[in-house]
Amino acid sequence: MTELFLLAQIAGRAVAIEAAQVVSVVDLGEIVAVPRTDPAVRGLAALRSRVVTVIDTGVALGVGRSACDARRAVITQVDGHHYAILVDALEDVAPFVRRPISSGLALDGGWGAIGTGLIERDDEPVLAIDIAALVPQPLAA
Amino acid sequence: MDDLLQEFVAETRETLEALAGEIVAWEADPGDRARLDAIFRFVHTVKGSCGFLDLPRLARLSHAAEDALAAVRDGDRHPDLALVNAVLGIVDRIGEVVEAIDGGVALDDTSDDLLIAALAEDAAPVAPVTAQGPARGASRSVRLSVDLLDRMMSGMSDLVLARNELARRLRDDGAEPAVEASLERLSHTLAEMRDTVTRTRMQRVETLFAALPRMVRDTAAEVGKQVTLHVEGADVELDREMIELMRDPLVHIIRNAIDHGLEEIAERRVAGKPATGTLRVSARQSGNQILIEIADDGRGIDVARIAAKAVEHRIHTQAEIAAMSEADRLDLVFAPGLSSRDTANAISGRGVGMDVVRANVEQIGGRIVLLNRPGQGLTIVMHVPLTLSIISTIVVGVGAQRFAIPRQAIEEIVSVRAAGVRLDRLGDAALATVRGERMPLVALGPLAGVDCAEPQVLAIVVTRDGHYALGLDAVLDTEELVVRPAAPVVMAAGLYAGQTLPDSGLPMLLLDAGGIAAAAGLRFTAAAPSEDDADAAVAVGPQALLFDDLDGQRRALVLAAIDRVERIAGSAVRWTGGRLRLVSGGTTVPLHALTPIDELAEVTLLRLTDGETELAYAIAEPADIVALPATLAPAAVPGIAGVAVIAGDQVEVIDVHALFAGIALPPAARPLCLLHADAGGWMDNFLRPAIEASGYRCVAQLAPGETAAVALAMDDVADPPVSAAANLVRLRRSPAGGPDSIYRYDRAALVAALDARVGAAR
Repeated sequence: MTELFLLAQIAGRAVAIEAAQVVSVVDLGEIVAVPRTDPAVRGLAALRSRVVTVIDTGVALGVGRSACDARRAVITQVDGHHYAILVDALEDVAPFVRRPISSGLALDGGWGAIGTGLIERDDEPVLAIDIAALVPQPLAA
Repeated sequence: MDDLLQEFVAETRETLEALAGEIVAWEADPGDRARLDAIFRFVHTVKGSCGFLDLPRLARLSHAAEDALAAVRDGDRHPDLALVNAVLGIVDRIGEVVEAIDGGVALDDTSDDLLIAALAEDAAPVAPVTAQGPARGASRSVRLSVDLLDRMMSGMSDLVLARNELARRLRDDGAEPAVEASLERLSHTLAEMRDTVTRTRMQRVETLFAALPRMVRDTAAEVGKQVTLHVEGADVELDREMIELMRDPLVHIIRNAIDHGLEEIAERRVAGKPATGTLRVSARQSGNQILIEIADDGRGIDVARIAAKAVEHRIHTQAEIAAMSEADRLDLVFAPGLSSRDTANAISGRGVGMDVVRANVEQIGGRIVLLNRPGQGLTIVMHVPLTLSIISTIVVGVGAQRFAIPRQAIEEIVSVRAAGVRLDRLGDAALATVRGERMPLVALGPLAGVDCAEPQVLAIVVTRDGHYALGLDAVLDTEELVVRPAAPVVMAAGLYAGQTLPDSGLPMLLLDAGGIAAAAGLRFTAAAPSEDDADAAVAVGPQALLFDDLDGQRRALVLAAIDRVERIAGSAVRWTGGRLRLVSGGTTVPLHALTPIDELAEVTLLRLTDGETELAYAIAEPADIVALPATLAPAAVPGIAGVAVIAGDQVEVIDVHALFAGIALPPAARPLCLLHADAGGWMDNFLRPAIEASGYRCVAQLAPGETAAVALAMDDVADPPVSAAANLVRLRRSPAGGPDSIYRYDRAALVAALDARVGAAR
C-alpha cells in the first residue's frame, strides 16, 4: 500500500514524514523563548492567529541544538495542540510504500523512538518517521 | 430546552414563514394543486415530528388538517372558502403553539376543538381568519454552527493582527493624518466587533445542567438510593468552551456525591434524615467568576478516615498527618490515588477522581473549594473564570522577555525606590518589606533564567496560600488577552497558566502566580507574621474610600461597607415618605445627600450594604482608596465617626453604623446657620464649634442659592442679615437683658432658641 510522504532533512539526515501528520509547512517568524521548560521546546511562534510550540528537532533527537536561525518548520497537531517541528530542508511530497526497518539495524536513542519504517527513494533507503514522537511529553505528574 | 425540540421549533417557524405566501395564494385560488401540496406537506411534517416529540396537542391539530387536506387531494372534497379558512385557522394555531413552546408559556387550548370542528364538511362557516393577536415573541435569532463561530473568532484575531501590521507600517512610513484617522476608526470598529464576537460565544449554563436530572436519576437507581435534585441559576451565561470543560468535573462530583456522599436509606433514617437525599446544583456569577456549587445533605467527608488512608497508601507519614491543619487534611481528598471508599464499584471509588477534577478545574484557571459539614453534607464550590478566552492581564517585562500576569492575582505594584519599600537578603533568601509588611521576594528574571538587572518594580502577588513580591524590570501595559492553554510540555514547566497572542503579534505566556511560588520554593505557613514588629509600629485601620462630598468637603467611608460606586440619573431620586429615596431595580433605596440632587444631572452614588440592607450615599467624586489610621479623633457631630489625618489633611470619616441605624442626623439634615461675624472673631472661634457640635452647619457668608435656616448676630450689630431676618437670634454680652436676645454663654438657651427657630421654619 502506498502512502504519501513528505521528504525532508532533519539533523542532517533525509527522512520521510507521513503526509497525514503534516498540517502545513511554514517559515516561522520570531520565536519567543519559554523559560524553564523542556530543552526540546525552542519557544513559541505566532502562525496567523494561532500560537504554535516550536520543537527543536536536534534536541528532541538528542543530537544537539538545531541552528539558531532555523525557521523552516512542519506544523503538526498532537492532542489538539499545534507544534512546529524545525527541519533543515524540505524536498518533495511523493507516494511510497512503507517497509519495515531492516532487522538487525540499530537505531540510536532518538532516532529509534521516531522511526516507523523505511521507504525507498531511487534505491536510497530513507527512514520514515513519526514526527508526533518528537514532541516531548511531560512526565506524568 | 431539549435540543430536538428547539430544532423543531426553529424548523417549524422557518417553514411557516415560507408558507405564509403559499397560504395567501391558496386562499385566492383554492384549486391550485401546488399550493395545496405545500400546505399538506407542512401539516404532515408537523404531525410526524409531534408524534416523535410527544406533543399531543399539535399532533391533534395537524392530524385533523391533514385529514381534511387529504380529502381535497383525493378529490373527495371541494376546497371551499369555509375549508380554506378552517385550515388557515389551524396553521395559525400551530404557529401560536410553537411560539408558546419556545417561550415556555401556556396557551389556552379550549378553542382547539372549535378549529377542528370547523374542518368538518358540514360545519357552519367560521369568521375569516385574520392575522392573530398574540404574535410571536419577536424571536430574533438564527441557528449557527459552533464551527462557524470559531471561524469567526479566529478571523477576528487575524483581522486584529493585520490591523497591527498595517499600523506598524504606517508608523514607519509616517502616514498622513487622514490615513491615521481612518486607521483609528478601523481600530475602534475592530474593538467593538471583537466584543460582540466574544459575546456570541456565551451560552447558558442550562446546557450543562439539562442532562443532570437524568444522570442523577440513573446514578441513584444504580446504587439504590433516592435523590431529589434542585437546580438553580441555569440562566447564568458562560463561555461555550468553558461549559464543555466543566462537564466532566461536574458529572464526576455529582456521581461522587450520590455514591459516597449520600448515605444508604437505612443509615439516613438512623441519622434522622429524610430517606430521600437532596442534591443542590446551582450556578451564580460573582464578579468575573462563575461559581458552580454542588451541595448534598449526606455524611460529609470523614477526615480522619481520609487521613488514615493517606498513611495506608504511603502518601503521607503519620507524623506528617499529625502536623497538618484540618483544612490540609480535608484537602487530602484531592491527593492522587486516594478514595474515601473502601471498595470500588461501577460508579466511583477507583481512586481516579478528585485529583483529576481539581486538575481540570485549575487548568481552566479555576479553583475548587470544599465546605465539609461532617454528618450533614458536603458542599463543593467550583470557581471558574467567566470566560476562558478573555483575561484582564498586566504585561510585565524581565530582560527581553515579556509575560502576562492575571490582573486578579496582583494586589499592588510598587517601585523598589518608593518610600516604605526595602529589599533585604536573609541568608540566601530575598525579602521585601512594603510599608512594614514583610514578604518573600521572587525575582522573576533569575527564576526564569532570563538575563536582567536587579528588579525595578515589585508586583505584590496573591495566591491561595499567601502573598509574595515578584521582582520585575518593568510593568509595560494592561491588556485584555485571549488566553488558551499552552502545549502540555510547556504547561509542565509549572510556571504558566496559558499562552496568548497579544496585539504585538508575538506570542506571550501567562504566568501562574501559584506556580511561580512553588518553583521558587516558597512555603507559606498559616502563622501570621508577628505583629509586635518594630517596623509595624504604625497600626493601620481599615481601608476606606476617600471622596469629595456634595458640599465640597473631603470625607472617607470604610471600604467594607461599599458595595459599588455607580452613576445614576438625578431623576431617579425623589423625596418620598419623609426621606430621600432612589429607585433601583424596582425597589427604593434610602439615599443620603448633603445638598439637593439636581434632577437633570447625573449623580455619583456609593451603594452601601451591610449584607442585608442597602443604602445609597450621594457624593461629588470618588478620590482614592486609603488606609485609615487605627485611631480617629472623636467627632462632636453625630453621623461622623471621627476625624482622620490622611496625607496631612483632616478628613471626616462617616459613621456607617449611624447611617444604617438611621438614628443619626445625617449631614444632609444639618441646618445651615449663618453667623453674622463680628470683628473680633468671637463667633467664628468661640461660638462656631459649639453650634456645629449641636448639629448645625455654620457659614459666615451664604453661597449663592443657599438659604440659612437660622442666623445669629450680636445684639449690637447694626445691620442684621436681611435674608434671614425672620429667623434671627440675637446674642448679648451680659447675662442680664431682655427677652429678645440671649446671653452669649447661655449655651442651653442658645441651642434651644436655634432649635425652636429651625423647627418653626420647617
